[in-house]
Amino acid sequence: MIEQISFILNKEVISTGINPALPLLDFIRKEMHLYGTKEVCKEGDCGACSVMVGELKDGEVVYKTVTSCIYPIGNVNGKHVVTIEGLNSGDLIPQQEAFVEEGASQCGFCTPGFIISTTNYLVNNKTYRLEDGINSIAGNICRCTGYSSISRAIENLINKLNEKSEGNSVKSLIAQNVIPKYFANIQTQLREINSSGTLNGFDQKVFVGGGSDLLVQMPDRLLEKNISLVSKEHINFIEEEDDKIIVGAGTTFEEFKNSSIIKKYFPKINNQLNLVASLPIRNMATIGGNIVNASPIGDFTIILLALNSNIELRSSVTGISRELSLSDFYLGYKKLNKQPDELVEKIWFVKPGGEFYFNFEKVSKRTFLDIASVNTAIYINIENEIVKYCFVSAGGVAPVPKYLEQSSEFLRGKKITLETVFDTLKIVQNEISPISDVRGSAEYKRLLLSQLIKAHFIELFPGKISLEALI
Amino acid sequence: MKNEDLIKHVKGESKFLDDLIIPGGTLHALIFDSVIAHGKIKKLNLEKAKSLKGIVDILTFRDIPGKNQIGNIIADESLLAENEVHYVGEPIAIIVADTLETAKRAKALIDIEFEELPVITDPREAYKSGSLITEPVTFSMGDVDDAWANCDLIFEDQVDIGGQEHLYLETQGALSQPVEGGGVKIISSTQGPTAVQRAASKVLNIPMHKIEVDVLRLGGGFGGKEDQATPWAVMSALAALKLNIPVKLILNRPDDLRMTGKRHPYSADFKIGLDSNGKIIAYEVVFYQNAGAVADLSTAVLERTLFHATNSYFIPNVKATGISCKTNLPPNTAFRGFGGPQGMFVIEAALYKAARKLGVPKYELQEKNLIHENDVFYYGQLAKNVNSVKCWNSAFEKYSIHKNIEEVKKFNEENILYKKGIALMPICFGISFTSSFLNQASALVHVYTDGSIGVSTAAVEMGQGVNQKIKIATAETFSVNISRIKIESTNTTRIANTSPTAASTGADLNGNAAILASKNILDRLKKVAAKELGFNDAGLIQIKNEIVFYKSEKTKLKWEELIWKAYFNRINLSSHAYYATPDIYFNRTKNQGHPFAYHVFGTAVIQSKIDCLRGTYEIEYVKAVHDLGKSIDYKVDLGQAEGGIVQGIGWLTVEELVQSRDGNLKSNSLSTYKIPDIYSAPQKIEVHFLENSENDYGPLKSKAIGEPPLMYGIGAYFSILDAMNAFNKNIDIKISAPVTPEKVLTTLYKSSKQLIPNES
Repeated sequence: MIEQISFILNKEVISTGINPALPLLDFIRKEMHLYGTKEVCKEGDCGACSVMVGELKDGEVVYKTVTSCIYPIGNVNGKHVVTIEGLNSGDLIPQQEAFVEEGASQCGFCTPGFIISTTNYLVNNKTYRLEDGINSIAGNICRCTGYSSISRAIENLINKLNEKSEGNSVKSLIAQNVIPKYFANIQTQLREINSSGTLNGFDQKVFVGGGSDLLVQMPDRLLEKNISLVSKEHINFIEEEDDKIIVGAGTTFEEFKNSSIIKKYFPKINNQLNLVASLPIRNMATIGGNIVNASPIGDFTIILLALNSNIELRSSVTGISRELSLSDFYLGYKKLNKQPDELVEKIWFVKPGGEFYFNFEKVSKRTFLDIASVNTAIYINIENEIVKYCFVSAGGVAPVPKYLEQSSEFLRGKKITLETVFDTLKIVQNEISPISDVRGSAEYKRLLLSQLIKAHFIELFPGKISLEALI
Repeated sequence: MKNEDLIKHVKGESKFLDDLIIPGGTLHALIFDSVIAHGKIKKLNLEKAKSLKGIVDILTFRDIPGKNQIGNIIADESLLAENEVHYVGEPIAIIVADTLETAKRAKALIDIEFEELPVITDPREAYKSGSLITEPVTFSMGDVDDAWANCDLIFEDQVDIGGQEHLYLETQGALSQPVEGGGVKIISSTQGPTAVQRAASKVLNIPMHKIEVDVLRLGGGFGGKEDQATPWAVMSALAALKLNIPVKLILNRPDDLRMTGKRHPYSADFKIGLDSNGKIIAYEVVFYQNAGAVADLSTAVLERTLFHATNSYFIPNVKATGISCKTNLPPNTAFRGFGGPQGMFVIEAALYKAARKLGVPKYELQEKNLIHENDVFYYGQLAKNVNSVKCWNSAFEKYSIHKNIEEVKKFNEENILYKKGIALMPICFGISFTSSFLNQASALVHVYTDGSIGVSTAAVEMGQGVNQKIKIATAETFSVNISRIKIESTNTTRIANTSPTAASTGADLNGNAAILASKNILDRLKKVAAKELGFNDAGLIQIKNEIVFYKSEKTKLKWEELIWKAYFNRINLSSHAYYATPDIYFNRTKNQGHPFAYHVFGTAVIQSKIDCLRGTYEIEYVKAVHDLGKSIDYKVDLGQAEGGIVQGIGWLTVEELVQSRDGNLKSNSLSTYKIPDIYSAPQKIEVHFLENSENDYGPLKSKAIGEPPLMYGIGAYFSILDAMNAFNKNIDIKISAPVTPEKVLTTLYKSSKQLIPNES
């Protein structure tokens, strides 16, 4: 009953009837016996299993890195998958050369993943900057080198390639030996691959978006179920409509982060979203998945709550749609106002207007690529120095991603003063019920949320709030 | 020199255990382990699980033909639990199936019942209830009890230090194949091939010569595979021999994290006494080591804690006691530094507290007490070739430390939200296994008739570059192109009775052995050359860059021709040589002696910045002057230094092992146990190797590099504390590592009252 998945693996066209929930990594290693891609954590937290995935967008092949250990193979249908074996040519390619020259590899287990991430960066960007190059490998963990030699390798590589400045068309990248020759044919080959086969139509559906959480939580159970990959549902888009911004639930974190619409209204969000997961995970994880996963600490959910978002659900059985406020979607710990046949299709919120402020704060044990101890977002609309609307949310402090209703309500009609901030903190503390766990004690989470609420005001109203009084 | 291993690494062509093509019919093994931390097994029913299609067998301790015993130093560790379990993750049975998926399904069908017993996870609690691995050990010099009277300031406190997960990226595992005559070949991801062989021999009840252990390379070890690669290797061998079919056993990540030991957490009480000039007069310390449920290497680890209890300082009166406490946690084990870091952390904590009390900068106390040439280490070894002050002074000069300290002060005066801190960290680390008998190695060198060379030693390559160093040492000895040399896998049939690749000694011991073996062959070749060229005195023959010289004059004889000639003249082109570190001994009755061949010194300066609102921090830089002797391969050594520094910082900052009271590991995945990523590593690491340092005990005058740099990480901890004190100079900081953002924030805002919600 499972249909064919067709894709290109390095230079070979593959057509397989394999279970679409199977992690791509297992296929690469166990079925194809390509052992350069390593298994380390099997939860997307280390990047050792990184592969490049290319797909046609507006006729061009666009590549991104994904962690293949939690990437359902069904999602590569019609795409080009590149493993380290697919980059090797007789001589070392410049990326490999740079790593060897700097001794940027010790035990070697993480190295292929680093080479993949580096290559993807080179293929995907028009100009190369060290900072971006580093960001592109930030999802790769190395236990041996301490990263200094890796940074040097990336720096040398970027300098070398920028010197030549031959551009980064597929042709010029091939000429510079960055990618092998066969990449030139991929565009044509992808067009020819019949990727129209749909994976829908099962009676019992488990909807899988990027799979970045489901394949961590229940990889084995998923293999026993019929899954429906929502990336096939044509629901990744971000558009403006009248006074709304509408986000398709299949939109990935990275697509959201780079959306010109989002950037227009939230110029700082691109930076703030670097704190969310890592590039490969952001390339896979979907906004809808984050919402439905209902983690009390989901970064995107917290952001969307502060934007006073609504969601639209559609039943895959009856086709009937309904809409509700995101804050009403959460009934209890991992309990949703949702039927099994319903799929979150869209999220929308009102376009920010007037004098508005937005901030997102997150603190985790490790600043990047970590799950928050506490996160919080705030949206404030001000008219004549008075708060007109305000929405504050917080994660890690309740069984659900928490919309801080009373605090938000309290702030309405207030002037932004030190007193307002302190009064808000008291209300915040009464609205939350954190528990102690591996991400921190309950007392810490209370303290931290207060600190991060202060941080919102310090960041947004530096002139009005005195730092001395708050620290 | 290009490191050929790296060329394979960057291409993804290096083979690790899980990448090997397995023989047809190979079965897969999965461990069934305890879910409770302490209890009696009341019932174990395997029938339902065994009846699952694809399950070949489920082995328990009853299937062991020999002894159910794998304890290395103390025989207190069963391979498979019999009637009692002592920690969560203790192996009970081995499920052998056609696929791992089948084995997983069978695991869920095993029916087990326990009678739970009290659980202890805290070392002090274990000590109070008399739960010890062995008797406490005390090292001392002078008389602390008398010395307190001569001190102007005495300070006492408690220190808590967390453990650390190795997080080698390649998990534990082995592949065992039965061989004819009742033997077995074990391909293991181990740092100690002989440890595997010896334990397997005992468990399987067959002589060691029937067990071949082979190691190609490890995807990281860090001490975690010194002793704890053994159980999985022995289990796979046990299954392979019983079923007469190859069996592969590789731990998945959750199993590896749950079942294997970590760096030992410690709790310690110290008392330090100084005179009014800041000289340390006396130091007394008691270490409570959290050993876990069985000894493993804990006693040796604890001993190194004692050896390094005074770090780089000379203290005339010292008494240090180590207590290895038995708890219901997986057996804690070797981890880069091997107890040394914990010992050094406590003396640094003592100096931090003393400096605060005296109102002087900590670095002034550190500087005043540095050890000098001909001082005596408190375990009796005379300090020779001491570079502590040289490294210290060189660091101050190279890195303008005084200026940096002023700049930090100025920054802190001008900033509210962020505060910076700075700390100095001198290190002194003894090189040699402290169990003197382990300081031996042998090498087997073959020169083939085409002039290429194969080298086997006991060293296991795990990313530390030991193969590259041995290659260079061999190539330099013969004076041939490095491309002629191949380092073979580590194999117990080629090199017997290996010491584990550990204690930073891999390159020293095995490099020296390889040099000796190469010299043996070289001497024979010189005689061949002399004869061939018609000279009498082989002593005047030299080989330089593959060309034979006589009396410094180039001859026409070259390497490849020379080898042919030697072969035709029936000259032995192979040599096995043996090296044992000279001059070391330690008397365990007096706890005095000369346990180390030499010491490695260094000084690092570390600066960090904390966000006083959020409690987060970053390490701005680590700059070190490190004593390396003469470097064999600069890039390898630099990489070891940089990597060690970041691992040390990780240990004391973000890497937090969280266990519940019932002995369950809560930080049991990479999403909950965070090791440094590229952004949490220091923004800048600068390492200078001390100039004009030489070492007679190291190959090519080098010094060991593996472990010492890790301890610079201790400075990162104290730089964060320094920044916290800049935020509020009056806060009293409890010394408890790691200093997570949680600890920073809750310490900075200790008195904050506004957090408790109104109960009304």
